[in-house]
Order: sequence, then C-alpha cells, then structure tokens
Amino acid sequence: MPVDAALVGRTYSTSVPYEVGREKIREFADAVGDPNPAYRDPDAARALGHPDVVAPPTFPIVVAFSLLNQLFTDPSTGLALHRVAHADQRFAYTRPIHSGDRLVGTLTIERVRQVAGADLISTRTEITGVDGDPVCTAFASIVHREETR
Amino acid sequence: MSVPTAGTVELGTELPPLTARIRRSDLVRYAGASGDFNPIHWNPRVAREVGLPDVIAHGMYTMALGARMLTDWLVDPTRLVEYSVRFVRPVVVPDTDEGVEVRFGGKVVDKRDDGLYRVDVTAECGGEKVFGAARAFVRLD
Repeated sequence: MPVDAALVGRTYSTSVPYEVGREKIREFADAVGDPNPAYRDPDAARALGHPDVVAPPTFPIVVAFSLLNQLFTDPSTGLALHRVAHADQRFAYTRPIHSGDRLVGTLTIERVRQVAGADLISTRTEITGVDGDPVCTAFASIVHREETR
Repeated sequence: MSVPTAGTVELGTELPPLTARIRRSDLVRYAGASGDFNPIHWNPRVAREVGLPDVIAHGMYTMALGARMLTDWLVDPTRLVEYSVRFVRPVVVPDTDEGVEVRFGGKVVDKRDDGLYRVDVTAECGGEKVFGAARAFVRLD
C-alpha cells in the first residue's frame, strides 16, 4: 500500500522543549569527528563573538529526527523506520544554536509522491526558541519502501 | 589557517579537501549522538532484508563530514547560512577495521546579490558520487 496522500499537511511537534547543553554539543561534535573548538570551548566560541559554545551545522537534526521518529512510529501512517532511507536534507539557519537554548519544533508533511515503486515523503521542520523566535528550518525528504513479499 | 574573507575568496576558489574514513563503530556512535537508531546503519541482517548490500552510513553522518570541511575553512561555523545535500548513493560500510573512505571537496561558484557565497560540495566513495546537488551558502566579511 502506498503511503496515503492524506498525510500531507499533518504536523508533529516537540512535546517538551529541547534544552541544548554543552556536553550534548560536545558529544555530537565528537560523534561526527569534528574538532572545531567553537563546539567545545566557551572561550573559543566567545572569541568568535558567541555567548557560549555553538552547535555544529547538522545538530538541528537531533530535534528534527525526534519529530521524524514520531512520524515513523505513528501507527496510522503505515511507515516503519527500517524501511526508510534519507533522500535529501537542507538546513536554512536563521541564527546559531548555543548551549542554553531551549528549542521547540514542528514538522509538517509537505508532499507525498510515488517514485519508482517507493514513497517519497517531503517534510519541513521549523525549529524556534520557546518564544517562537526562528532558529532553523530543516527540510528532509525520505524514501519509504514497501515490504517485499 | 587564515579566515577566508571577501577579499581573499574568488569564484573558483577551492576549499581544502577532507578525506574521512567511516567505520561501523562511527555509525553506532553517531546513532547514539543523533537519536537515529535506524538498524540499516548498524544491523547487516536488517540492511539486507530491505535490499541493501550491507550496513550503510547515515546520510546525516556523511552530511556532517561535509559540514566539517566547510567549517574547517570558515573557522566560525556560524558563517554557514544554508547547507543542502541530496543523497544519491548509499555509503556501504564494511565490517572491517579499515572501514570505507569518503573524500569531500568544495568550490566557490557564485556570489549572490545578497553577498552570500555559494559553495558546491562533492563527496566521493569508491570513485562514485554519493552527494548530488550539494551546496552551501556562506557569509564572508
């Protein structure tokens, strides 16, 4: 069964704000093997004009992926995480993410279409501070393959 | 290395390339740090069941390596204003100590009216492109 086009417009939101911490930024930077001191050393970040350590460019995926996970585990969608592959990703940054930020996000399913026997699902996640100030928009498209028989 | 500026960068400027080696353990670590526990990135049985030759790297992991090439050059990572990648081919990560090598490159190709520079990003594994239409927009002083 192809994914239902009626999913378009459905949204998923963070239930509690994501609080960005220095150690999580360091853990993420270590995991992607990026030694930039701006991710680890508050003084190095301040020397660049930032109030505290900043997050690496792909860090917003931590918030966005938690929302994608809501989509994948939503029984009404028929999706399964292990049948998903990432097709494309775009980040548009409004301002840097710092340690101490409290972030919320809303993922919207923008488009669903069938390509070569698989479903291509395009999503947009708006990530803001708790006051609604824009931080980053993350666009992700994922391919979902049907179970083979 | 010196910080790139509008005075030193021109169209055609190439970024210092980055070569990275990806091993299974990197994917497990990335899964934990990112929250993406899709088993196709660490479980060969599940990867084969869904038609993949073996475990593949998270697209977001390779995208992060490309980001590192960009921000190594920019020094201040927040000069990156926009970054996008199409994942055109999976990076298969064998169960070996050597893992697999991915090479990243970047080139300044445009300066927009709003002053942002466009950098086109390439990623190659085993002689094949793994990124399509990968680009970044960066702010330089």
